[in-house]
Amino acid sequence: MGAGAIRGLGHGVGDVVESLGRLAVFTARILMVTVRPPLRLREFADELFKLGVLSILIISVSGLAVGMVLGLQGYNTLVRFGAEGSLGAVVGLSLIRELGPVLTALLTTGRAGSAVTAEIGTMKATEQLDGLRMMAVDPIDYVVRPKAWAMICVMPLLSALFILTAIGGGYVVGVGLMGIDGGTYMSSLENSVDFGNDVAGSILKAVIFGVLVGLIATYRGYTSAPTSAGVSAATTSTVVIASVSVLIFDYFITALWGV
Amino acid sequence: MNETGTRDFLVGLFVLAGLGALAFLSFSIGGLRYTGEGGLPVYATFDQIAGLKPKAPVDIAGVKVGQVTGISLDESYRARVDMDLDRNLKLPVDSSAAIVTSGLLGDRYIQLSPGAEDRHLAPGEQIPYTESALVMERLIGKFLVNVGDSPKEDSQSGSGSQETAPAP
Amino acid sequence: MAYNGRPVLRDLTCRFPRGRISVVLGGSGSGKSTILKLIGGLICARAGAIYVGDRDIGRLGESAMYEVRRELGMMFQNGALLDSLSVFENLSFPLREHTRLSREQIAEQVHERLAAVGLSDVDDLLPRELSGGMVKRVALARALIQSPQVLLVDEPFSGLDPLSTKLIEALLVRINRTYGMTMIVVSHHIPSTLRMADHVVLLLPGGPVQGSPRELLASADPSVRRFLSEDTDASDEVLAHAAEFEAGEHRPVLDSRRGRRKP
Repeated sequence: MGAGAIRGLGHGVGDVVESLGRLAVFTARILMVTVRPPLRLREFADELFKLGVLSILIISVSGLAVGMVLGLQGYNTLVRFGAEGSLGAVVGLSLIRELGPVLTALLTTGRAGSAVTAEIGTMKATEQLDGLRMMAVDPIDYVVRPKAWAMICVMPLLSALFILTAIGGGYVVGVGLMGIDGGTYMSSLENSVDFGNDVAGSILKAVIFGVLVGLIATYRGYTSAPTSAGVSAATTSTVVIASVSVLIFDYFITALWGV
Repeated sequence: MNETGTRDFLVGLFVLAGLGALAFLSFSIGGLRYTGEGGLPVYATFDQIAGLKPKAPVDIAGVKVGQVTGISLDESYRARVDMDLDRNLKLPVDSSAAIVTSGLLGDRYIQLSPGAEDRHLAPGEQIPYTESALVMERLIGKFLVNVGDSPKEDSQSGSGSQETAPAP
Repeated sequence: MAYNGRPVLRDLTCRFPRGRISVVLGGSGSGKSTILKLIGGLICARAGAIYVGDRDIGRLGESAMYEVRRELGMMFQNGALLDSLSVFENLSFPLREHTRLSREQIAEQVHERLAAVGLSDVDDLLPRELSGGMVKRVALARALIQSPQVLLVDEPFSGLDPLSTKLIEALLVRINRTYGMTMIVVSHHIPSTLRMADHVVLLLPGGPVQGSPRELLASADPSVRRFLSEDTDASDEVLAHAAEFEAGEHRPVLDSRRGRRKP
């Protein structure tokens, strides 16, 4: 019983190490074709549309809602200390350092990461990937590369949009409903946020999350079992694995770089 | 064809909006513009700056005229605060700077009180008169000690005797 | 060759004659499609050698294999058309990837191949807007677009009505006669394949049997006769045959992932 459990653990560790190794090989293959012409800008632009433009709605609606909640909660807490003038700082700092990149990554994983996995998995199940190989075209080059890079590029842009709409949401609640002075809100925001300490770290986080979600989503699709059940399992695991890794990496980035 | 054109236009718009948002966060909110641009740099030294931080605002009569750019310790172990003021500001040489708090527990910032001299501060000069920050904890401590001191006779003897008793 | 640890093909040695139509016949799970994937280098054999022309592709890496594949065309069972591209883009894709032809030359070649499979006015349609028979024909046209020396055809008749089946059969024969290319067709549609084949490889539970259609039809081997017999009245025999298939090593492993029907 005990030995069996330990053996099971060893097996599990072996599995994890093996899939990390495969992910590393996969990453290396993407990097190897990254600058190989043709650059496939047409496909890249299409992916920017699917991953970026189509995510704007969910990102801005969520951003607005999160900002309004932050405004309300922050106001109710700050007003007890007579410090409601600092609402802009509270909303802005929590968004820029933490909530913006993390929530954007989680939302994008659910909205776009799952779609990437499902699309690549379906292409595998319907032999489109094999079809590409038979036409002497590397699927990593034609299918995976534009999607992975689009995800990396889209993430900081979506994160910035999320943060701005959320700051707007906080403004609406704080200034519009609670009657804080608009100038106070903005100046408290501007005075507390520093580019080097806060904004640069926010962008760094968003880019790292883009790399994570892009790699995991394409890898899970590329290695999914070629059946409808396999594709749905791969899609689910993309959402789970990408979300958990985003949260874990967020902790380590914060701990290591202090952002 | 037309559909791809619309798509590309939206992609372009999205990238522009995203970059615009990044720029707004970096420059307007993050204050990236303050680095490098020379306005009117001046400094002042304080005995105690308490919780003053870089980027804290500097104001005159409640109007923001600049911000703190750096805090360091000078040779005589006083806090040197560098600040960058609006370059159009004509500040008399006998002006004074005070570290004050917004609200009871709010952020620290610097409040300037213009003096009366005709000569104005030039870039890099020192604001001569300063008023250090009030440290709330110390103030409260003093207040408590004072309150404890006034009915000196009974409370002091009670607690003092307990402490000194084992010594001899 | 093994799939999920279960051997699918074993001790198979066969030659597909140049310029002729060879047909691989066999029950579900006998490893027919696996043969095509092995030739295309999409999967690797566990043992043995596979020669395309005089090159042993088992020893080639993926990038070297891309060179070989330019001389191979493959028509997939379900078309494998890129579903985000129109018919025209699907056909022009290999040309845009591998040649420096002008826009007009590409359009000319695409329309020539579409005409060869009897299609016109389908340029702007997406794969999902095509009928099953049209998908097969577009897939055939795409497999032909680079004028390959060898055409690999996977289940050209699956999921088709009798009329479309006849049409595809006629197209394959005509293309073989026109372009003189080697064709390897995998199917379990016995009447069509026996009509078009020059050479037949029959994958049976007891081992492969090869020969011309005439030789196989005249064969005295009971398992060959049973497989080729279209006499479905002998239901006991058919069931026994099915049981023999499923009890043996050739259980339908590969095909559990595809809805493949026996015609």
